[in-house]
Amino acid sequence: MEPTDAELIAAVVQGDTASFEPLIRKYQPRVFATARRYARRESEVEDIVQEVFIKAFQKLGGFRGEAPFEHWLMRLAMRTCYDFLRAHQRNRETSFTELSQPETDWLDQFVVEPDAADEHAEAARQLIGRILARLSPSARLVITLLEIEERPVKEIAQITGWSVPLVKVRAFRARAEMRKILAKITKAKYM
Amino acid sequence: MNANDLQSKLIEAARKEPLFDQVPYAFEKRIMARLAGMVPLNYWALWGRPLWRAALSCVALTLLCGLWSMMTPAPKSDNPDNFAQAFDRAVYASSDQHSVEDIW
Repeated sequence: MEPTDAELIAAVVQGDTASFEPLIRKYQPRVFATARRYARRESEVEDIVQEVFIKAFQKLGGFRGEAPFEHWLMRLAMRTCYDFLRAHQRNRETSFTELSQPETDWLDQFVVEPDAADEHAEAARQLIGRILARLSPSARLVITLLEIEERPVKEIAQITGWSVPLVKVRAFRARAEMRKILAKITKAKYM
Repeated sequence: MNANDLQSKLIEAARKEPLFDQVPYAFEKRIMARLAGMVPLNYWALWGRPLWRAALSCVALTLLCGLWSMMTPAPKSDNPDNFAQAFDRAVYASSDQHSVEDIW
């Protein structure tokens, strides 16, 4: 029978570092998926995941087991991603490079017939990726958690450590920031 | 063109994007190599160690004080230089010389 998370954590805290490996193996796919929402380059994603697990190992003594280990780890992952965004704030795209042909075609189709523009299209995903990359760190985090992952405001407050009113204010500002970026893209072409 | 509709459509596109959770080969080994030699921080132990040290010092100090008080000879009660009696004399010295009516 495989040891439970609680048993593995207790062993690590007692000094058995090798017991941490099954925990990494079990949860690394989820941490990778989360990190890929915030970083584009694979090398950056790997750096984030590595940092998440190192932090988790160092802070494992403070894990009281009141919530499942997965929740605790994912909260840590989200905070590490936010720190990454803030650290790389200067490197984020500040100007839009030319839209690719599929992106332009998708926008053209949306202008002519909004309902016909397919949200499954790769061009739409690339476009939202570009827009998210231009958002400020807090706006990107709140849009990802609230709009894309559709998490409740209360849960976002717990993850980020912000108060509920602050999450709401930041969500409002983030939507405005996103609309501003969209207006910039479309202004030149369609208005 | 309605910017709100475009925003909703793009967010919908992001929601429908499948999560890519593939892990590079033997990634856990890489992390384990980084962790070699590290020890998880135990916050209770961090607090506990100095608290135990402080408690031991306090016990040692109490024992020393106890020993010192046992070794020191107790002052004799009929000694005129007894501190309590000297203190009483000093406090009541003025009332011994004058009655309360004289003072008022």
